[in-house]
Amino acid sequence: MEEEKNNIIQEVTGNEYKYGFETKIDTFTFAKGLSENTVRLISEKKKEPSWLLDFRLKAFRTWEKMEMPNWAHLHIPEIDYQDIIYYAEPKQQIAEGSQDIDPELEKTFDKLGIPLNERGALAGGMAVDAVMDSVSVRTTFKDTLASKGIIFCSFSEAVQHHPDLIRKHMGSIVSYKDNYFAALNSAVFSDGSFVYIPKGTRCPMELSTYFRINAANTGQFERTLIVAEDDSYVSYLEGCTAPQRSENQLHAAIVEISLAERAEVKYSTVQNWYPGDKNGKGGIYNFVTKRALCAGEGSKISWTQVETGSAITWKYPSCILKGDNSVGEFYSVAVTNNYQQADTGTKMIHIGKNTSSTIVSKGISAGHSENSYRGLVKVAPNASGVRNHSQCDSLLLSTTCGAHTFPYNDIRNETAIVEHEATTSKISEDQLFYCQQRGISVEEAIGLIVNGYAREVTKKLPMEFAVEAQRLLAVSLEGSVG
Amino acid sequence: MLEIKNLHAEINGKEILKGINLTVKEGETHAIMGPNGSGKSTLSSVLVGDPKFKVTQGTITYNGKNLLELEPEDRSREGIFLSFQYPVEIPGVSMVNFMRAAVNAHREYNGEQPVSATDFLRLTRQKRKLLELDGKLASRSVNEGFSGGEKKRNEIFQMAMLEPKLAILDETDSGLDIDALRIVANGVNKLKTPQNAAIVITHYQRLLDYIKPDIVHVLYNGQIVKTDGPELAQLLEKNGYDWIKSEFK
Repeated sequence: MEEEKNNIIQEVTGNEYKYGFETKIDTFTFAKGLSENTVRLISEKKKEPSWLLDFRLKAFRTWEKMEMPNWAHLHIPEIDYQDIIYYAEPKQQIAEGSQDIDPELEKTFDKLGIPLNERGALAGGMAVDAVMDSVSVRTTFKDTLASKGIIFCSFSEAVQHHPDLIRKHMGSIVSYKDNYFAALNSAVFSDGSFVYIPKGTRCPMELSTYFRINAANTGQFERTLIVAEDDSYVSYLEGCTAPQRSENQLHAAIVEISLAERAEVKYSTVQNWYPGDKNGKGGIYNFVTKRALCAGEGSKISWTQVETGSAITWKYPSCILKGDNSVGEFYSVAVTNNYQQADTGTKMIHIGKNTSSTIVSKGISAGHSENSYRGLVKVAPNASGVRNHSQCDSLLLSTTCGAHTFPYNDIRNETAIVEHEATTSKISEDQLFYCQQRGISVEEAIGLIVNGYAREVTKKLPMEFAVEAQRLLAVSLEGSVG
Repeated sequence: MLEIKNLHAEINGKEILKGINLTVKEGETHAIMGPNGSGKSTLSSVLVGDPKFKVTQGTITYNGKNLLELEPEDRSREGIFLSFQYPVEIPGVSMVNFMRAAVNAHREYNGEQPVSATDFLRLTRQKRKLLELDGKLASRSVNEGFSGGEKKRNEIFQMAMLEPKLAILDETDSGLDIDALRIVANGVNKLKTPQNAAIVITHYQRLLDYIKPDIVHVLYNGQIVKTDGPELAQLLEKNGYDWIKSEFK
């Protein structure tokens, strides 16, 4: 029985990564290596203003003096930063200035289920910024959104057309000095998305950015900046995939979100970077700094993430609750299988009065993977009436995996009510047998049960994403019981 | 339909079934009664292939197939249904998703296309009425937070959805008040056809007032010690199990 189950685990976890294909497209790349000159070249390539080059150079010089962080529960092999390409741009076979998109790229995103054609978009609409390697290749529904005053464009475009907004907000939430990977990103970031929602505006459609790494030996360093003015609302989605390769590839991103009074932002991620093969070879190293500043009173940020990919995940989407009565939420499902490692969680920094936060983290570990939740709840001395509820659950699907919880509380105001719950469980034999008695195979039963386990989080996702997330959870885990 | 010969089964090395012989034909309803610990639930578990139990001897033939060689999910797909004595909770999995997975697994096994969403909902609505279950059921997690009575009604609802050839009801009456008992029994009776069969396992006569058995067996100490018509159940109700115990010590 035990052996049979292990076979099922093997079989299922050996599932092919669905997005592992590579697009054959001519790509312009820089030579490998990182120096001040690389930074200058990127800035020049993007025709950036001098203030931005200065920002990059300051970041680069800071990064050079920094050390790779080693506090996470991760085993990170040494990364040779000189062996990485810092800029790769697919060459589109279209006329200069044309609104068309290279058919090869359109095909690629089609294959990934991302419509780059507005006519092909789902009913209800979802605007997409598609980023391949270092550049945004297409942003849809820009005009529709612009008619409401909403800006949705690639970061590079925003630098050209909305320099004041970028200059005002970029680095204001995640400083280039913040951490090692933030400094690296600030020096060499290439593209990403910019979103601006004006006062009193409710964004009429979901906005999404799809990040695709295609070129080999290339790192992806994108930045996303979302600015939500008073009484605005936006739901933003982020998806990611990469080809299946035996070398590791680096992805180091920054996401900054600024919320004014009563603004509400929902940020959802389905992270499905290539996780490496079943022996732990290859896969993306994902080092991401995501942070939202609830500057305005009564603002609300909600992070929802489903993390199934990457060889290594290092990521803590955080909320700085500065405005009184502001609300931070973090809903996370992190799945690790085979030799994947994840150290992920959140920081809730309560500065304003009567701020509240909710943390729901579901770790699902299988194979030989290591899965850690790391979270900080901090309450400043003047923040009275703070409430936090944290719930951290771990589901173990093998006897060789590890699940860890590292909660940190730093409470400086005695009126705070801070609750923490944690559970560790396995899929019970009784649940499996009950499903089997109804005709459901073991593999499918595990998919169902895991999805049920993660439902509290996945139900927070917008519909289209929820379906994808459910499928991913089932594919990456079904059958894994130990 | 079902033929059990000299069935021996154990759990953790302890023998519970000690040579069961039982034949069930199409259209028949059998009641299996007996005192606690006699092996009633073990028999139902073994029939559906619960891996906790090990069959050490004997054969089970079901519609010409060697049942013991079939995986639990295939036994289900071949039409064997167990109404669990203790239905299991599966948090976060809605009844509708659970049942759709089950119905589609059965359909795939029979070479049929998956059921469409509309047909499935229609079927659900129709079967739900049978058990007087309300529409909220579909969105609730499998058995989570259900009362004892709801759990049992939900079991029979699933039975109605899957339309088994052989239904095994394991102590379906336990924990039911009289109204729930009537609803459950009524559901079971409506599902009865001349082509299917049922094995009703119960401790008390009570359920048999509603579900009329054709044949009643008494299981004691891992063996069927008495088989007779419905009047046997009444005799047991009147005299208890002690006379059986003393007779077969």
